[in-house]
Amino acid sequence: MYSLTGLKLKNPTILAAGVLGTTGASLCRVAREGRAGAVVTKSIGPTPKTGHSNPSMVKLDCGFLNAMGLPNPSYPGFLQELETAKKDSGVPVIASIFGGTPAEFKEVAEGLLPGKPDAFELNVSCPHAEGYGAAIGSNPCLVEAVTAAVKDVVNVPVWVKLTPNVSDITCIGNAAESGGADAVVAINTLKGMAIDIESGYPILGNRSGGLSGKAVKPVAVKCVYDLYSALEIPVIGVGGISSWQDAVEMMMAGASAVQIGSAVYDRLDIFSEISTSIEAFLQRKGYSDVKKLIGLAHEMV
Amino acid sequence: MLPLNATILQINEESPLVRTFFFDLKFETMEPGQFVMVWVRGLDEVPMGLSSKNSITVQKVGEATSKLFELKEGDSFGLRGPFGRGFTLPIKGEKTLVVAGGVGAAPLAPYAEAARIEGSEVHTVLGARSADDLIFEERFAEAGEVYISTDDGSKGTKGFVTDVLSNLDLSSYDKIAVCGPEIMMASVFRLLEDREVLEKSEFSLHRYFKCGIGVCGACCIDKSGLRVCKDGPVFSGLQLLDSELGKYMRDASGQRVKI
Repeated sequence: MYSLTGLKLKNPTILAAGVLGTTGASLCRVAREGRAGAVVTKSIGPTPKTGHSNPSMVKLDCGFLNAMGLPNPSYPGFLQELETAKKDSGVPVIASIFGGTPAEFKEVAEGLLPGKPDAFELNVSCPHAEGYGAAIGSNPCLVEAVTAAVKDVVNVPVWVKLTPNVSDITCIGNAAESGGADAVVAINTLKGMAIDIESGYPILGNRSGGLSGKAVKPVAVKCVYDLYSALEIPVIGVGGISSWQDAVEMMMAGASAVQIGSAVYDRLDIFSEISTSIEAFLQRKGYSDVKKLIGLAHEMV
Repeated sequence: MLPLNATILQINEESPLVRTFFFDLKFETMEPGQFVMVWVRGLDEVPMGLSSKNSITVQKVGEATSKLFELKEGDSFGLRGPFGRGFTLPIKGEKTLVVAGGVGAAPLAPYAEAARIEGSEVHTVLGARSADDLIFEERFAEAGEVYISTDDGSKGTKGFVTDVLSNLDLSSYDKIAVCGPEIMMASVFRLLEDREVLEKSEFSLHRYFKCGIGVCGACCIDKSGLRVCKDGPVFSGLQLLDSELGKYMRDASGQRVKI
């Protein structure tokens, strides 16, 4: 068992928000078949949203571009999905939430409390939803206020997911910590765009979106490395992890655990593959505990 | 993959509301039952079953398909795919039953043809609202025997495909491939379950797709959590036991909508 902000995880691989998290049954499948150590839901907001028009996600040579647009059935509509995930997944379930103001964040968190999420993850980092996500997450005052507002009404851990689309991510990380966050999650997608040269049309329905997958991993490693130095609270690493080597690298940068998103494209059991291989790596290198890896790169000077 | 550019070579009017668009790309590896994401530029991208290696057959139902119907030969749209899991082909000597309702005939016509080429005896139950709405009757007839049902009785048996199926010896078939409106598929599912032949059957589901490539989770079905876009759209009857089939689906926001 592995402890993260008080949650007990069987392994340090977590399903990232916005991936296979729309339904309770899907979250259960990722936990049971994929063997994720914990799962994060689709981001849930105050009112139902259909999201952006398609294409909403395309695969590139170097990763994926997406602009889903925070589609969600709102917190009343999602409660039954959360309850299913809690009942049948067998792992901690983290509710990802978003809002346009601290009051909306508070409303959504309170609305989901009856579903008994094990933690909340605040989405202040979606790069392509006007008035939400990164619109809040690039303003340290708002990040602190939103974090404090949710901390005020829940008694489970609160994680804050950060955007890399800022000049200094540690400044935002510090704001989350000041607001009482129990951990930060880094990173959300990088702003990106692709254009269809046959027609000149931007490909995504929203015209632009966020880049994930292999291309963003070095950016994520640097963000996690900097946040590890700047903060007292744990950093959860996410961005382009698709192999156990990627996960180990992220942990050496300072991640206490890792989240995996786009890589489910290749295989659902990526979680079990990575966690088993990390164990083998620890044995081979003679590390007594996965904790020995966390932030290791900072000691190598 | 990024959308490929597909230029329309020919448009066939199959029925008043259904057209086939032949394009200049050929998906040689296509399994019947697989789909493509059709990008009507500047508007939307929607999933469509391939009706052959180089065509989609479209029913005019909404904004994107209406816009598609305005396109002429020489116009183009974007295409990604083929995606998902198709129907399982029979092996030589096996008997195949195809059950097609309305535009659900689109992915089943190439299936019937491929099954015949494999050396299977193919029977088709083809249903539609009226004689005018029957799709691909000739293609199914080329592949084998065809039984027709129409809601209004303008051709074949008056009633539904299940009225025809009730009179067939379903146990004599090795493969049963089904595609059509969900209410029809749910009735066929119950009949096959009653006749204890569900393990021979496969159904092609339609759900709201966002990413279309198995990542976002918008199209997952209950209670299995299987993704229609990647683990399907074709599922075995056994995979659909105790599922949402015929009961509800989720809309673009993820809210459940009764069927």
